[in-house]
Amino acid sequence: MIRLENVCKNFGDLQVLKNVNLEVKEGEKLVIIGPSGSGKSTTVRCMNFLEEPTSGHVYIDGHELTSKNKTKLVRESISMVFQQFNLYPHMTVLKNLTIAPMKLHHKSKKEAEELAYHYLDVVGLRDKAHVYPTMLSGGQQQRIAIARALCTQTKIILFDEPTSALDPETIKEVLDVMVKLAKENITMVVVTHEMGFARQVADRVVFMADGQILEEGTPDHFFTNPENERVKQFLGKIIRS
Amino acid sequence: MSGIFSMRAWEKVWLYRGTFLLGLWNTVRTAVFAILLALALGIIFGLLATSGKKPLQLISRVYVEVIQNTPILLQTCFLYYALAFSGHSIGIITTGILALGVYTGAYMAEVVRAGIEAIPKGQFEAAQSQGFNYLEKMYYIILPQSIKIILPPMVNQVVNLIKNTSCLYIIGGADLISLTYSFVTGVNTGGAYAPAYLVSGFLFFIICFPLSKIASTWELALKRREQRVEFTRTRNGGSEVTANE
Repeated sequence: MIRLENVCKNFGDLQVLKNVNLEVKEGEKLVIIGPSGSGKSTTVRCMNFLEEPTSGHVYIDGHELTSKNKTKLVRESISMVFQQFNLYPHMTVLKNLTIAPMKLHHKSKKEAEELAYHYLDVVGLRDKAHVYPTMLSGGQQQRIAIARALCTQTKIILFDEPTSALDPETIKEVLDVMVKLAKENITMVVVTHEMGFARQVADRVVFMADGQILEEGTPDHFFTNPENERVKQFLGKIIRS
Repeated sequence: MSGIFSMRAWEKVWLYRGTFLLGLWNTVRTAVFAILLALALGIIFGLLATSGKKPLQLISRVYVEVIQNTPILLQTCFLYYALAFSGHSIGIITTGILALGVYTGAYMAEVVRAGIEAIPKGQFEAAQSQGFNYLEKMYYIILPQSIKIILPPMVNQVVNLIKNTSCLYIIGGADLISLTYSFVTGVNTGGAYAPAYLVSGFLFFIICFPLSKIASTWELALKRREQRVEFTRTRNGGSEVTANE
Protein backbone atom coordinates (compact mmCIF):
# COMPACT_ATOMS: atom_id res chain seq x y z
CA MET A 1 0.00 0.00 0.00
CA ILE A 2 2.74 2.42 1.03
CA ARG A 3 6.41 1.74 0.41
CA LEU A 4 9.34 3.96 1.36
CA GLU A 5 12.56 3.03 -0.39
CA ASN A 6 15.87 4.48 0.86
CA VAL A 7 14.17 7.73 1.82
CA CYS A 8 16.52 10.48 2.99
CA LYS A 9 15.49 13.95 4.00
CA ASN A 10 17.75 16.89 4.77
CA PHE A 11 16.77 20.26 6.15
CA GLY A 12 19.81 22.33 5.24
CA ASP A 13 22.75 20.55 6.86
CA LEU A 14 20.55 18.56 9.17
CA GLN A 15 19.93 14.99 8.09
CA VAL A 16 16.48 14.17 9.44
CA LEU A 17 15.89 10.85 7.69
CA LYS A 18 18.72 8.45 6.90
CA ASN A 19 17.78 5.73 4.47
CA VAL A 20 14.37 4.81 5.73
CA ASN A 21 12.84 1.64 4.26
CA LEU A 22 9.32 0.84 5.29
CA GLU A 23 6.35 -0.99 3.87
CA VAL A 24 2.76 -0.68 5.03
CA LYS A 25 0.26 -3.29 3.87
CA GLU A 26 -3.34 -2.69 2.98
CA GLY A 27 -5.50 -2.45 6.09
CA GLU A 28 -2.48 -2.52 8.36
CA LYS A 29 -2.33 -0.41 11.51
CA LEU A 30 1.23 0.80 11.83
CA VAL A 31 2.32 2.78 14.85
CA ILE A 32 5.55 4.77 14.80
CA ILE A 33 7.09 5.61 18.16
CA GLY A 34 10.34 7.14 19.27
CA PRO A 35 11.84 10.18 20.98
CA SER A 36 11.25 13.74 19.77
CA GLY A 37 13.30 14.76 16.77
CA SER A 38 13.74 11.17 15.64
CA GLY A 39 12.10 11.77 12.25
CA LYS A 40 8.72 10.11 12.94
CA SER A 41 6.68 13.05 11.72
CA THR A 42 8.93 13.62 8.74
CA THR A 43 8.49 9.98 7.80
CA VAL A 44 4.69 10.20 7.63
CA ARG A 45 4.90 13.63 5.97
CA CYS A 46 6.98 12.03 3.23
CA MET A 47 4.14 9.56 2.64
CA ASN A 48 1.90 12.31 1.25
CA PHE A 49 4.72 14.57 0.06
CA LEU A 50 4.08 17.37 2.54
CA GLU A 51 7.83 16.88 2.68
CA GLU A 52 9.49 15.76 -0.51
CA PRO A 53 12.37 13.36 0.17
CA THR A 54 15.86 14.62 -0.67
CA SER A 55 16.49 11.19 -2.16
CA GLY A 56 14.76 7.84 -2.32
CA HIS A 57 11.32 6.79 -3.53
CA VAL A 58 7.81 6.68 -2.16
CA TYR A 59 5.23 4.32 -3.69
CA ILE A 60 1.50 4.47 -3.08
CA ASP A 61 -0.40 1.43 -4.31
CA GLY A 62 2.45 0.68 -6.68
CA HIS A 63 2.61 4.19 -8.17
CA GLU A 64 5.67 6.28 -7.45
CA LEU A 65 4.76 9.57 -5.78
CA THR A 66 6.35 12.54 -7.59
CA SER A 67 5.99 16.31 -7.28
CA LYS A 68 4.01 16.17 -10.53
CA ASN A 69 1.41 13.56 -9.55
CA LYS A 70 1.27 14.18 -5.80
CA THR A 71 -1.91 16.29 -5.84
CA LYS A 72 -3.88 13.69 -7.77
CA LEU A 73 -2.45 10.64 -6.01
CA VAL A 74 -2.84 12.14 -2.54
CA ARG A 75 -6.37 13.28 -3.35
CA GLU A 76 -7.36 9.75 -4.33
CA SER A 77 -5.57 7.71 -1.72
CA ILE A 78 -4.42 9.52 1.42
CA SER A 79 -5.81 11.76 4.14
CA MET A 80 -4.09 13.16 7.16
CA VAL A 81 -4.91 14.12 10.73
CA PHE A 82 -2.62 16.74 12.24
CA GLN A 83 -1.41 17.49 15.73
CA GLN A 84 -2.92 20.99 15.54
CA PHE A 85 -6.20 19.76 13.91
CA ASN A 86 -5.97 22.41 11.15
CA LEU A 87 -9.70 22.68 10.63
CA TYR A 88 -10.71 25.50 8.27
CA PRO A 89 -11.80 28.25 10.67
CA HIS A 90 -13.87 30.18 8.13
CA MET A 91 -16.21 27.24 7.52
CA THR A 92 -18.79 25.48 9.67
CA VAL A 93 -18.04 21.91 10.67
CA LEU A 94 -20.36 20.65 7.92
CA LYS A 95 -18.58 22.76 5.31
CA ASN A 96 -15.22 21.52 6.62
CA LEU A 97 -16.38 17.98 5.96
CA THR A 98 -18.02 18.58 2.59
CA ILE A 99 -15.63 20.96 0.83
CA ALA A 100 -13.18 18.32 -0.41
CA PRO A 101 -15.83 15.72 -1.37
CA MET A 102 -17.76 18.40 -3.29
CA LYS A 103 -14.94 20.31 -4.92
CA LEU A 104 -12.38 17.52 -5.39
CA HIS A 105 -14.39 14.31 -5.56
CA HIS A 106 -17.34 15.82 -7.46
CA LYS A 107 -20.02 14.65 -5.08
CA SER A 108 -23.35 16.47 -5.00
CA LYS A 109 -24.15 18.60 -1.98
CA LYS A 110 -26.69 16.01 -0.84
CA GLU A 111 -24.28 13.07 -1.14
CA ALA A 112 -21.51 15.02 0.58
CA GLU A 113 -23.77 16.04 3.46
CA GLU A 114 -25.10 12.52 3.94
CA LEU A 115 -21.51 11.31 4.08
CA ALA A 116 -20.64 14.09 6.52
CA TYR A 117 -23.53 13.26 8.86
CA HIS A 118 -22.60 9.59 8.69
CA TYR A 119 -19.05 10.29 9.84
CA LEU A 120 -20.20 12.87 12.37
CA ASP A 121 -22.15 9.98 13.90
CA VAL A 122 -19.00 7.87 13.88
CA VAL A 123 -17.13 10.51 15.88
CA GLY A 124 -20.26 11.31 17.93
CA LEU A 125 -20.58 14.99 17.03
CA ARG A 126 -23.65 15.19 14.79
CA ASP A 127 -25.05 18.08 16.82
CA LYS A 128 -22.02 20.25 16.00
CA ALA A 129 -22.59 20.30 12.24
CA HIS A 130 -23.41 24.00 12.03
CA VAL A 131 -20.89 25.26 14.52
CA TYR A 132 -17.61 27.00 13.62
CA PRO A 133 -14.47 25.14 14.76
CA THR A 134 -13.41 27.87 17.22
CA MET A 135 -16.47 27.02 19.30
CA LEU A 136 -15.23 23.47 19.89
CA SER A 137 -12.82 22.02 22.44
CA GLY A 138 -9.51 20.56 21.25
CA GLY A 139 -10.77 17.00 21.54
CA GLN A 140 -13.90 17.83 19.58
CA GLN A 141 -11.87 19.62 16.90
CA GLN A 142 -9.65 16.59 16.51
CA ARG A 143 -12.65 14.27 16.21
CA ILE A 144 -14.02 16.58 13.50
CA ALA A 145 -10.61 16.47 11.80
CA ILE A 146 -10.83 12.67 11.81
CA ALA A 147 -14.34 12.86 10.35
CA ARG A 148 -12.99 15.22 7.68
CA ALA A 149 -10.32 12.68 6.78
CA LEU A 150 -12.95 9.93 6.62
CA CYS A 151 -15.22 11.99 4.37
CA THR A 152 -12.77 11.77 1.47
CA GLN A 153 -13.02 7.95 1.77
CA THR A 154 -9.36 7.33 1.10
CA LYS A 155 -7.83 3.94 1.87
CA ILE A 156 -5.00 5.45 3.89
CA ILE A 157 -5.14 7.84 6.84
CA LEU A 158 -1.96 9.28 8.34
CA PHE A 159 -2.06 10.48 11.95
CA ASP A 160 0.72 12.86 12.98
CA GLU A 161 0.69 12.93 16.79
CA PRO A 162 -3.08 13.36 16.92
CA THR A 163 -3.29 13.62 20.71
CA SER A 164 -0.13 15.57 21.52
CA ALA A 165 -1.87 18.96 21.60
CA LEU A 166 -4.71 17.75 23.84
CA ASP A 167 -5.10 17.83 27.57
CA PRO A 168 -5.07 14.44 29.29
CA GLU A 169 -8.82 14.38 29.83
CA THR A 170 -9.72 14.73 26.16
CA ILE A 171 -7.04 12.40 24.81
CA LYS A 172 -9.28 9.44 25.53
CA GLU A 173 -12.23 10.67 23.47
CA VAL A 174 -9.94 10.96 20.43
CA LEU A 175 -8.25 7.61 21.05
CA ASP A 176 -11.64 5.92 21.41
CA VAL A 177 -12.59 7.15 17.93
CA MET A 178 -9.27 5.89 16.56
CA VAL A 179 -9.72 2.49 18.17
CA LYS A 180 -13.14 2.32 16.53
CA LEU A 181 -11.60 3.17 13.15
CA ALA A 182 -8.93 0.54 13.59
CA LYS A 183 -11.65 -2.08 13.27
CA GLU A 184 -12.32 -0.94 9.69
CA ASN A 185 -10.21 -1.92 6.70
CA ILE A 186 -8.47 1.47 6.61
CA THR A 187 -4.69 1.57 6.40
CA MET A 188 -3.59 3.64 9.38
CA VAL A 189 -0.13 5.04 10.02
CA VAL A 190 -0.01 6.65 13.45
CA VAL A 191 2.80 8.64 15.02
CA THR A 192 2.06 8.75 18.73
CA HIS A 193 3.37 8.67 22.25
CA GLU A 194 0.30 6.77 23.43
CA MET A 195 1.74 3.36 24.22
CA GLY A 196 -1.60 2.01 25.41
CA PHE A 197 -3.06 2.77 22.00
CA ALA A 198 -0.09 1.19 20.23
CA ARG A 199 -0.48 -1.95 22.27
CA GLN A 200 -4.21 -2.16 21.71
CA VAL A 201 -4.54 -1.53 17.98
CA ALA A 202 -1.16 -1.79 16.26
CA ASP A 203 -0.46 -4.68 13.91
CA ARG A 204 3.13 -3.57 13.88
CA VAL A 205 5.17 -1.04 15.82
CA VAL A 206 8.18 0.80 14.40
CA PHE A 207 10.72 2.48 16.64
CA MET A 208 12.66 5.41 15.22
CA ALA A 209 15.62 7.33 16.59
CA ASP A 210 18.04 9.72 14.89
CA GLY A 211 16.30 9.44 11.53
CA GLN A 212 16.50 5.67 11.36
CA ILE A 213 14.27 2.72 12.05
CA LEU A 214 15.94 0.86 14.91
CA GLU A 215 13.44 -1.89 15.50
CA GLU A 216 10.10 -3.09 14.25
CA GLY A 217 7.77 -5.86 15.33
CA THR A 218 4.43 -6.76 16.82
CA PRO A 219 3.32 -4.84 19.91
CA ASP A 220 3.78 -8.00 21.95
CA HIS A 221 7.38 -8.34 20.93
CA PHE A 222 7.93 -4.67 21.51
CA PHE A 223 6.50 -4.21 24.91
CA THR A 224 7.61 -7.53 26.41
CA ASN A 225 11.13 -8.09 25.10
CA PRO A 226 12.57 -5.43 22.83
CA GLU A 227 16.06 -6.26 21.57
CA ASN A 228 17.58 -2.88 20.92
CA GLU A 229 19.13 -1.11 23.93
CA ARG A 230 17.86 2.28 22.77
CA VAL A 231 14.30 0.91 22.61
CA LYS A 232 14.53 -0.58 26.09
CA GLN A 233 15.75 2.75 27.43
CA PHE A 234 12.94 4.65 25.72
CA LEU A 235 10.18 2.30 26.84
CA GLY A 236 11.57 2.25 30.34
CA LYS A 237 11.21 6.00 30.51
CA ILE A 238 7.88 6.41 28.81
CA ILE A 239 5.75 3.63 30.26
CA ARG A 240 4.32 4.71 33.52
CA SER A 241 3.68 1.92 35.97
CA MET B 1 -12.01 90.76 -4.87
CA SER B 2 -13.65 91.30 -1.56
CA GLY B 3 -12.29 88.47 0.51
CA ILE B 4 -11.83 84.89 -0.47
CA PHE B 5 -15.08 83.71 1.09
CA SER B 6 -17.16 86.40 -0.54
CA MET B 7 -20.59 85.66 -1.91
CA ARG B 8 -19.30 86.48 -5.39
CA ALA B 9 -16.65 83.79 -5.17
CA TRP B 10 -19.26 81.18 -4.20
CA GLU B 11 -21.51 82.34 -7.01
CA LYS B 12 -18.67 81.93 -9.45
CA VAL B 13 -18.07 78.36 -8.27
CA TRP B 14 -21.77 77.60 -8.61
CA LEU B 15 -21.83 79.10 -12.10
CA TYR B 16 -18.97 76.82 -13.14
CA ARG B 17 -20.24 73.76 -11.27
CA GLY B 18 -20.07 71.85 -14.55
CA THR B 19 -16.28 72.11 -14.42
CA PHE B 20 -16.14 70.44 -11.03
CA LEU B 21 -18.55 67.72 -12.01
CA LEU B 22 -16.54 67.03 -15.16
CA GLY B 23 -13.38 66.81 -13.06
CA LEU B 24 -15.14 64.48 -10.65
CA TRP B 25 -16.34 62.29 -13.52
CA ASN B 26 -12.83 62.08 -14.98
CA THR B 27 -11.35 61.28 -11.59
CA VAL B 28 -13.94 58.60 -10.89
CA ARG B 29 -13.66 56.83 -14.23
CA THR B 30 -9.86 56.91 -14.14
CA ALA B 31 -9.93 55.59 -10.59
CA VAL B 32 -12.42 52.77 -11.28
CA PHE B 33 -10.36 51.27 -14.09
CA ALA B 34 -7.10 51.88 -12.26
CA ILE B 35 -8.51 50.08 -9.19
CA LEU B 36 -9.43 47.06 -11.29
CA LEU B 37 -5.93 47.00 -12.79
CA ALA B 38 -4.32 47.46 -9.37
CA LEU B 39 -6.40 44.64 -7.88
CA ALA B 40 -5.47 42.28 -10.69
CA LEU B 41 -1.76 43.16 -10.43
CA GLY B 42 -1.91 42.99 -6.64
CA ILE B 43 -3.40 39.51 -6.62
CA ILE B 44 -1.06 38.19 -9.34
CA PHE B 45 2.13 39.60 -7.81
CA GLY B 46 0.97 38.81 -4.26
CA LEU B 47 0.51 35.18 -5.30
CA LEU B 48 3.89 35.15 -7.06
CA ALA B 49 5.52 36.47 -3.90
CA THR B 50 4.05 33.63 -1.83
CA SER B 51 4.49 30.88 -4.43
CA GLY B 52 7.68 29.58 -2.82
CA LYS B 53 9.35 29.55 -6.24
CA LYS B 54 12.49 31.70 -6.28
CA PRO B 55 12.30 33.12 -9.85
CA LEU B 56 8.63 34.08 -9.43
CA GLN B 57 9.35 35.69 -6.07
CA LEU B 58 12.18 37.67 -7.65
CA ILE B 59 9.92 39.00 -10.40
CA SER B 60 7.39 40.13 -7.83
CA ARG B 61 10.11 41.68 -5.63
CA VAL B 62 11.59 43.69 -8.52
CA TYR B 63 8.17 45.04 -9.51
CA VAL B 64 7.28 46.05 -5.96
CA GLU B 65 10.64 47.64 -5.15
CA VAL B 66 11.00 49.58 -8.42
CA ILE B 67 7.50 50.99 -8.23
CA GLN B 68 7.52 51.73 -4.50
CA ASN B 69 10.89 53.45 -4.61
CA THR B 70 10.29 55.88 -7.47
CA PRO B 71 7.82 58.79 -7.39
CA ILE B 72 4.46 58.27 -9.02
CA LEU B 73 4.85 61.62 -10.78
CA LEU B 74 7.96 60.29 -12.49
CA GLN B 75 6.19 57.09 -13.49
CA THR B 76 3.27 59.03 -14.91
CA CYS B 77 5.54 61.40 -16.88
CA PHE B 78 7.70 58.54 -18.08
CA LEU B 79 4.72 56.59 -19.33
CA TYR B 80 3.16 59.60 -21.01
CA TYR B 81 6.19 61.25 -22.60
CA ALA B 82 8.16 58.12 -23.39
CA LEU B 83 5.15 56.78 -25.25
CA ALA B 84 4.31 60.14 -26.81
CA PHE B 85 7.84 60.61 -28.19
CA SER B 86 7.86 57.11 -29.59
CA GLY B 87 4.70 57.99 -31.45
CA HIS B 88 2.19 56.01 -29.42
CA SER B 89 0.04 58.60 -27.74
CA ILE B 90 -2.48 56.74 -25.65
CA GLY B 91 -4.36 59.65 -24.19
CA ILE B 92 -4.30 61.19 -20.77
CA ILE B 93 -7.03 59.11 -19.18
CA THR B 94 -5.50 55.83 -20.36
CA THR B 95 -2.08 56.95 -19.16
CA GLY B 96 -3.64 57.78 -15.82
CA ILE B 97 -5.31 54.38 -15.57
CA LEU B 98 -2.07 52.55 -16.39
CA ALA B 99 0.20 54.67 -14.20
CA LEU B 100 -2.10 54.64 -11.16
CA GLY B 101 -2.97 50.97 -11.65
CA VAL B 102 0.64 49.86 -11.86
CA TYR B 103 1.67 52.11 -8.96
CA THR B 104 -1.10 51.02 -6.60
CA GLY B 105 -0.73 47.41 -7.78
CA ALA B 106 2.71 47.31 -6.16
CA TYR B 107 1.19 48.29 -2.80
CA MET B 108 -1.72 45.90 -3.27
CA ALA B 109 0.77 43.10 -3.98
CA GLU B 110 2.38 43.72 -0.59
CA VAL B 111 -1.02 43.79 1.09
CA VAL B 112 -1.98 40.47 -0.53
CA ARG B 113 1.39 38.93 0.34
CA ALA B 114 1.07 39.94 3.99
CA GLY B 115 -2.50 38.63 4.07
CA ILE B 116 -1.44 35.24 2.75
CA GLU B 117 1.63 34.99 4.96
CA ALA B 118 -0.51 35.65 8.04
CA ILE B 119 -2.41 32.38 7.53
CA PRO B 120 -0.92 29.53 9.62
CA LYS B 121 1.15 26.95 7.74
CA GLY B 122 -1.21 24.22 8.96
CA GLN B 123 -3.99 25.57 6.75
CA PHE B 124 -1.84 25.18 3.64
CA GLU B 125 -0.84 21.69 4.73
CA ALA B 126 -4.41 20.61 5.52
CA ALA B 127 -5.52 21.75 2.06
CA GLN B 128 -2.57 20.03 0.39
CA SER B 129 -3.15 16.84 2.36
CA GLN B 130 -6.72 16.74 1.03
CA GLY B 131 -5.43 17.04 -2.52
CA PHE B 132 -6.30 20.65 -3.34
CA ASN B 133 -4.05 21.95 -6.09
CA TYR B 134 -2.46 25.39 -5.76
CA LEU B 135 -5.30 27.47 -7.18
CA GLU B 136 -8.04 25.47 -5.42
CA LYS B 137 -6.15 25.79 -2.15
CA MET B 138 -5.85 29.55 -2.54
CA TYR B 139 -9.43 30.03 -3.70
CA TYR B 140 -11.29 27.83 -1.21
CA ILE B 141 -9.04 27.79 1.83
CA ILE B 142 -6.44 30.55 2.04
CA LEU B 143 -7.81 33.71 0.41
CA PRO B 144 -11.21 33.58 2.17
CA GLN B 145 -9.25 33.68 5.43
CA SER B 146 -6.89 36.40 4.21
CA ILE B 147 -9.68 38.78 3.23
CA LYS B 148 -10.19 40.06 6.77
CA ILE B 149 -6.51 40.90 6.98
CA ILE B 150 -6.26 42.28 3.46
CA LEU B 151 -9.38 44.37 3.40
CA PRO B 152 -8.57 47.41 5.57
CA PRO B 153 -5.13 48.17 4.05
CA MET B 154 -6.52 47.47 0.59
CA VAL B 155 -9.25 50.05 0.99
CA ASN B 156 -6.59 52.50 2.19
CA GLN B 157 -4.82 51.89 -1.10
CA VAL B 158 -8.03 52.45 -3.05
CA VAL B 159 -8.57 55.74 -1.23
CA ASN B 160 -4.96 56.72 -1.94
CA LEU B 161 -5.43 55.88 -5.58
CA ILE B 162 -8.48 58.13 -5.85
CA LYS B 163 -6.53 60.99 -4.30
CA ASN B 164 -3.51 60.25 -6.50
CA THR B 165 -5.54 60.97 -9.63
CA SER B 166 -4.27 64.50 -8.97
CA CYS B 167 -1.00 63.34 -10.55
CA LEU B 168 -2.70 63.63 -13.91
CA TYR B 169 -2.18 67.36 -13.52
CA ILE B 170 1.42 67.00 -14.60
CA ILE B 171 0.46 65.59 -17.99
CA GLY B 172 -2.34 68.08 -18.49
CA GLY B 173 -5.16 65.96 -17.15
CA ALA B 174 -8.78 66.88 -16.72
CA ASP B 175 -9.24 65.28 -13.31
CA LEU B 176 -10.86 67.04 -10.37
CA ILE B 177 -7.67 68.61 -8.99
CA SER B 178 -6.40 69.74 -12.39
CA LEU B 179 -9.71 71.33 -13.31
CA THR B 180 -9.98 72.99 -9.92
CA TYR B 181 -6.53 74.45 -10.40
CA SER B 182 -7.27 75.76 -13.88
CA PHE B 183 -10.51 77.20 -12.55
CA VAL B 184 -8.89 79.22 -9.78
CA THR B 185 -6.05 80.44 -12.00
CA GLY B 186 -8.14 81.00 -15.14
CA VAL B 187 -8.30 84.46 -16.70
CA ASN B 188 -12.08 84.65 -16.60
CA THR B 189 -12.77 82.37 -13.66
CA GLY B 190 -9.81 83.04 -11.37
CA GLY B 191 -9.83 84.22 -7.82
CA ALA B 192 -12.34 82.02 -6.02
CA TYR B 193 -9.58 79.99 -4.35
CA ALA B 194 -11.06 79.00 -1.03
CA PRO B 195 -14.57 78.06 -2.18
CA ALA B 196 -13.18 76.16 -5.16
CA TYR B 197 -10.79 74.08 -3.07
CA LEU B 198 -13.43 73.49 -0.43
CA VAL B 199 -15.83 72.19 -3.04
CA SER B 200 -13.13 70.07 -4.62
CA GLY B 201 -12.12 68.65 -1.23
CA PHE B 202 -15.75 67.99 -0.37
CA LEU B 203 -16.19 65.99 -3.56
CA PHE B 204 -13.15 63.85 -2.74
CA PHE B 205 -14.39 63.37 0.81
CA ILE B 206 -17.86 62.17 -0.12
CA ILE B 207 -16.29 59.45 -2.25
CA CYS B 208 -13.44 58.36 -0.01
CA PHE B 209 -15.13 58.55 3.39
CA PRO B 210 -17.98 56.10 2.65
CA LEU B 211 -15.42 53.69 1.16
CA SER B 212 -13.42 53.62 4.37
CA LYS B 213 -16.65 53.26 6.33
CA ILE B 214 -17.99 50.37 4.25
CA ALA B 215 -14.69 48.53 4.59
CA SER B 216 -14.54 48.78 8.37
CA THR B 217 -18.15 47.62 8.66
CA TRP B 218 -17.53 44.69 6.35
CA GLU B 219 -14.38 43.74 8.22
CA LEU B 220 -16.25 43.69 11.52
CA ALA B 221 -19.03 41.58 10.06
CA LEU B 222 -16.53 39.05 8.71
CA LYS B 223 -14.79 38.82 12.06
CA ARG B 224 -18.06 38.33 13.91
CA ARG B 225 -19.33 35.65 11.58
CA GLU B 226 -16.60 33.24 12.56
CA GLN B 227 -17.15 33.69 16.25
CA ARG B 228 -20.82 32.97 16.07
CA VAL B 229 -22.72 29.75 16.21
CA GLU B 230 -25.34 29.93 13.55
CA PHE B 231 -28.40 29.40 15.66
CA THR B 232 -30.97 29.48 12.91
CA ARG B 233 -29.00 27.04 10.80
CA THR B 234 -28.54 24.77 13.79
CA ARG B 235 -32.32 24.61 14.09
CA ASN B 236 -32.67 23.85 10.40
CA GLY B 237 -29.88 21.34 10.79
CA GLY B 238 -31.88 19.70 13.56
CA SER B 239 -34.79 19.03 11.21
CA GLU B 240 -32.38 17.79 8.54
CA VAL B 241 -31.04 15.34 11.05
CA THR B 242 -34.43 13.75 11.59
CA ALA B 243 -35.05 13.76 7.85
CA ASN B 244 -31.85 11.82 7.29
CA GLU B 245 -32.58 9.21 9.86
